[in-house]
Amino acid sequence: MAAVTSLGETPIAAPAGRPRGMQASRRRRLNLFRYVVFTVFGLFFLLPLLAMARFSLEGANLGTWSVTAWRQIASYQNTGIPPLLSSIEITLELAVITCAVMLVLLVPTMVWVRLRVQWLARTIEFICLLPLTIPAIVLVVGLGEIYNKIRHFSLSALMLFWVYVILALPYAYRALAAGLSAIDVTTLSEAARSLGASWFTVMVRVIAPNMRAAILNALLLTAALVLGEFTIAYLLLYTNLQVELYSISRSTPNAGVLFSTSLAALLFAFVLLMILSFAGRRRGRG
Amino acid sequence: MTSSPVTRTQDGAARTAVEVRMERLSRHYGTVVALDRLSLTLQPGELVVLLGPSGCGKTTTLRLLAGLEDADTGQIFVGGKDITRLSAAKRDMGMVFQAYSLFPHMTVRQNVAFGLRLRRVSAAQRDKRAIEMLDLVGLATQADRYPHQISGGQQQRVALARALAIEPQVLLLDEPLSALDAKVRAQLRDEIRRIQLEVGITTLFVTHDQEEALAIADRVGVMREGRLEQLAPPTEVYSRPATSFVAEFVGLSNRLTGEVRGGEVTVRGRTLPLVEKDVPDGQVVALVRPEAVTLASHTTPESGPLVGTVIAVTFLGATSRVTIDLGDTTVLAQLSTSDASELPAGSRVALAIRPDPVLVSASSEPAVAADEEA
Repeated sequence: MAAVTSLGETPIAAPAGRPRGMQASRRRRLNLFRYVVFTVFGLFFLLPLLAMARFSLEGANLGTWSVTAWRQIASYQNTGIPPLLSSIEITLELAVITCAVMLVLLVPTMVWVRLRVQWLARTIEFICLLPLTIPAIVLVVGLGEIYNKIRHFSLSALMLFWVYVILALPYAYRALAAGLSAIDVTTLSEAARSLGASWFTVMVRVIAPNMRAAILNALLLTAALVLGEFTIAYLLLYTNLQVELYSISRSTPNAGVLFSTSLAALLFAFVLLMILSFAGRRRGRG
Repeated sequence: MTSSPVTRTQDGAARTAVEVRMERLSRHYGTVVALDRLSLTLQPGELVVLLGPSGCGKTTTLRLLAGLEDADTGQIFVGGKDITRLSAAKRDMGMVFQAYSLFPHMTVRQNVAFGLRLRRVSAAQRDKRAIEMLDLVGLATQADRYPHQISGGQQQRVALARALAIEPQVLLLDEPLSALDAKVRAQLRDEIRRIQLEVGITTLFVTHDQEEALAIADRVGVMREGRLEQLAPPTEVYSRPATSFVAEFVGLSNRLTGEVRGGEVTVRGRTLPLVEKDVPDGQVVALVRPEAVTLASHTTPESGPLVGTVIAVTFLGATSRVTIDLGDTTVLAQLSTSDASELPAGSRVALAIRPDPVLVSASSEPAVAADEEA
């Protein structure tokens, strides 16, 4: 087969810029604005955390320092309450199950709605965003009956994933919807289908890789929600990490433990999300 | 038209191009009839272009053939086999889309090899075939780039390579050039035709651009409201349009009143032959191509009713289009630019009409100035 000469096309060049001086000045102003915003918001979040750290490290006497409150987290044991490690394990398992169920449920549904039943899009969006408007206590009252029945089968706290999937729906939906709208799902899937791909292959090899960032964001939001969830687990009498930390702080006379456990929970979630984020984004395209 | 040409397969073996037959295909969207009992046969190795205005059903036809939509009624046969109910993934057709359809997360090479990977072709063979196809479209050097790193024209050529890499029975092109600029469009159009002839694959090409259709087709099918108005070689569609819609959609036409008598039509004193001889005598509107209208810069006593005033001259490059006011209507004439340059606006000219066969329609339709619907 004979080769042909390239048409000599070049990728679309960036539009001609403004004079360099103007651009540099604008960039400086923009950078300054960024630093100011970053500093203000950084302080807003960091100051309470620093205060918590300070209180957790305060000794028995004023002006002295001690790590007793932190040691008490690890050494804490109480009959009838699962140890800390067990609750960490359960919370992590819950995060994994919730993320998996949410993805399996939401991604194919959203793609299918986009491809085949566009008229359902608004309804699906409404249903997914609905949990945002329902207070946790209302959810618990509604779900209490169901969970009471589940409890008859002596199932573990992992059963909380049902309600966590509902809670994560609005955040995951928004993240995935943004990713879906950034790609031409119809054309990509039709192109793949015409090349012989099954619907499963279309989802796994074509759509999902192009929604990588959106899926990762949905996973991060879901994981963050599960790691930090307290109200529903506590009201439904299950023990996850947050409930366990609360129990620790309640059963010790040392007030510093309250702060050390809260900070420990925050750090745990933060580190985990950082790992998830970096692991997910490391394999970027070249 | 070619008869049973031979396509090349991956291992170099010969494969006969297939016939594609669509029989009485219908498709409705609610109350809208997108396709109305359309029957169309593509000969093996033939390139048929479906041409028509937006909403005429040409893309629907292509999508039904690809299996991306289901027909309400009718059947599709490829190589004699009924594929009407077969899913798109199993139809063995390569398709190039109007929108850029390369997978953004894959390199050009991976895109081209995607279909082969699904067919479990070995990695070495996939790579060899991908480079072969990229070489065919002149992009072998861009194999390791991502789609966002190449231009629109290059992306469409990669899409063509990807469609051909799987050695499909049929190639489907859905307005693949419409997003490109004029120069690249013309180059890629010729390239598609060259590759199609080289590979010898049966091809259905959809476009609304008449120039594109006439340039590359073995046969052009002009569509209107879900039906085929005419299916014929480009020269026939242009010079012997089957209907007034075809005459006006493909190229420009002057609509001039005339009278049919004895198998000929008399238009403003000029007697012209008819495309269809069996037109009953009476008043008609004759559709006369602008290039059949010639001009004389000076009026003569014989000019009679064909004298007018130049209103405007539109420069088109090698040719120019001259608009002449005849008093009761306007007429377009297509002349060489050098001839047209001697006709400033306002000058009086005499017209002559070349005695090419013309199509006529009932005179009840209003005789209007030449218009372009394309």
